[in-house]
Amino acid sequence: MIEKALKGNSNYWMWLAFLTAFIAVGAICYLRQFVYGMHLTGMGRDLSWGLYISQFTFLVGVAAGGLMLVLPYYIHNYKVFGRITILGEFLAIASIVMCLMFIMADIGQPLRGLNMIFHPTPNSMLFWDMVVLLGYLSLNVICGWVILTAEKKQVKPPKWVYIFVYISIPFAVSIHTVTAMLYCGLPGRHFWLTAITAPRFLASAFAAGPALIVIACLVMKRIANFDAGKEAVNKLITIIMYAAIINAFFVCLEFFVGYYSNIPGHKHSLEYLFFGLEHHGHVYNNLVPFMWTSVTFCFGALALFAYMKITKMSNDLLVGIGCLMTFIALWLDKGLGFVMGGLAVNPLDEVVEYYPTANEIGITLGIWATGFLLVTILYKIAVKVEHEVEGH
Amino acid sequence: MYNKGTIIPGLVIFVLLVTFPIWFNAFSTASTVPKIELPPGGEKECVASATEMRAKHMVLLNEWRDDVLRSGNKTAVTVGGKEYRRGLQTACMQCHTNKDKFCDSCHTYTSVNVYCWDCHLTPDVAAAKKEKH
Amino acid sequence: MDKQRRTFLKLAGATALAGLSAPVVVNLNATPAMASAAAAGHGEEKRQGMRLGLLIDMRKLYGRTDLLDKATEACHRVHNVPKIEGKKSEIKWIWKTAYANAFIDQSVNHASKTTRESEFLVLCNHCDEPPCVRVCPTKATFVEKKTGIVAMDYHRCIGCRFCMMGCPYGARSFNWMDPQPLLKSVNPDFPARMRGVVEKCNFCGERLALGKEPACVEAVKEVGAIIFGDLNDPNSEISKVLDREHTIQRNAALGTKPSVFYIV
Repeated sequence: MIEKALKGNSNYWMWLAFLTAFIAVGAICYLRQFVYGMHLTGMGRDLSWGLYISQFTFLVGVAAGGLMLVLPYYIHNYKVFGRITILGEFLAIASIVMCLMFIMADIGQPLRGLNMIFHPTPNSMLFWDMVVLLGYLSLNVICGWVILTAEKKQVKPPKWVYIFVYISIPFAVSIHTVTAMLYCGLPGRHFWLTAITAPRFLASAFAAGPALIVIACLVMKRIANFDAGKEAVNKLITIIMYAAIINAFFVCLEFFVGYYSNIPGHKHSLEYLFFGLEHHGHVYNNLVPFMWTSVTFCFGALALFAYMKITKMSNDLLVGIGCLMTFIALWLDKGLGFVMGGLAVNPLDEVVEYYPTANEIGITLGIWATGFLLVTILYKIAVKVEHEVEGH
Repeated sequence: MYNKGTIIPGLVIFVLLVTFPIWFNAFSTASTVPKIELPPGGEKECVASATEMRAKHMVLLNEWRDDVLRSGNKTAVTVGGKEYRRGLQTACMQCHTNKDKFCDSCHTYTSVNVYCWDCHLTPDVAAAKKEKH
Repeated sequence: MDKQRRTFLKLAGATALAGLSAPVVVNLNATPAMASAAAAGHGEEKRQGMRLGLLIDMRKLYGRTDLLDKATEACHRVHNVPKIEGKKSEIKWIWKTAYANAFIDQSVNHASKTTRESEFLVLCNHCDEPPCVRVCPTKATFVEKKTGIVAMDYHRCIGCRFCMMGCPYGARSFNWMDPQPLLKSVNPDFPARMRGVVEKCNFCGERLALGKEPACVEAVKEVGAIIFGDLNDPNSEISKVLDREHTIQRNAALGTKPSVFYIV
């Protein structure tokens, strides 16, 4: 089936070339980091996790988001999602590949990465994260590929593959739960030390993942003659709305806990993220504009979707804008605010701000581009197969 | 045979290319078998026999590392009346003070890349940067 | 082949039993003293056997910034810790910091003038329940069973920096760059580190084996401000002082059970 990715019009190849340029820059930046060391990043002794880990955290969510397509289709037999379930599975594959690349970019001794397997340590959440991520990746590769092959041959998928499909459902929840557990089990990191981290991660994942899929569907409708169907998109928007509202609700709960309890550790991070944190006469507020953009985009998108639902309006462009706003809002919230906010105040009550370097941003963009390249190729294959079956 | 003129020279070139490492080695000085020398201080004894050390020093080093570092058994070993504080810097390099000859000559020859010296200080570095009291 | 290996191991093992002859500060081979009944209220088990700890008597260090610097300098010198300018990439095992930074859980609103204006030595607490060990995915950081020291195996560390996230005391440093070229002078008895691994205080395990005191203890010997010893041995000096004096620990509410105590 892979040969289907080798045929495309000039726009397809231009897009791939565009992504490859970013990948090439990213590869050079990574080589620099590999040879010279991690001091090429903006991370330091106090802020020792940065862009890489926060992207990893966000992308685990995007991967888990595919669940919102798999679950209705396979458990509730919601046929409308039949055409796009494969998109959820393929998006999960690309996201997890990006996650693993971000982890490799982040560790100081990447050549020793296999120590995680040679010396397995069940008390470390990072070990379990590796287990569930690799598990979820394999499950999606198996399910996606077998089901697509069956579709191509126009036969029913073999029964055994459904076992893997059903296993992949709890796995999708587990990847983001375990990723949340990386953070929420650390004493002394007050902003993260909250049981709501995992549910909040899942809520934002179930909005961000489907939002990206809707955007992909709209793009493919215009350029690849692939229509997901109005009903499917509408249903996805409903899912995105609920998930985004729940996420916003959870953030509000964080505010209540922080400000009502008045415990400095919990409050300071929120203060830093949304209002600027005063410390020895200096106000630290690097992330404030980003966080308010996130809030505005989140509620803006919700209002837009609500308006469209109420007036029964149908406009692909507006749907696309709404989804893009949701995706950016959640990226700012989790892919930026969550990690940096939690680290802004160090264990010795000093405030440190983080400025990613150009090299670090180059690597980050390179990995994102790799993910987009992978998604493009996988979606191309999926769409081609569907076209073939439908006799275009 | 058709195309004899192309095939035969082609084959010859192919064989030459494939056997390149063999005849390159025959003339090159890069691969001369390292000469073995006793340590400059004149020590003749080690913690084990020369044959054993040659074959298994890496095993011993790993065991020392795990015992000293991970199990916390930081005791010295006494072999032949001499006490050795188990460790690359504190035992081996005390006698074998020339890393180039003792470590690198064979490792380069057998193309073994060790990462010991990423952390451990070579006798040269230790001598050059030794603090003055 | 296998037999050879066995004899080889036997040789290495038998010779390892050779006793220590140097005078010892802490007898690492002593049979563990029985700990007194645990006073913790929730039935937590107390670590049995040796548990090394440190007591810093700040009363003897107030106004003596020179001694604080001397302790830091001594530690960093014997452990080949490079001096790196700037906060971003610095590496430190023991350093001085203000009361409000060292004891973030203590009120500073009405702290005494001395407390407010003095600096305190901070280092790895060698916790009994170390979060850094709990989170490490490769067992590169672990509790040394014999001594209770929270140790690092630099050979195994993959540099994920999860331990730095886990440590609520900011005691760990990452080698953002190759530290070796940055060392102006070295202690030839101790290795340096490589780039990409995390490092921290090791309670001078290598010096204890030679019967020496930890470098920081030795550095402030003239005023006797730091006492080092086995917290589980009721007859050790540190236990006796702990019995007698009121001490505090850094952020003990987190349940990490720090082994570093302060008299302020």
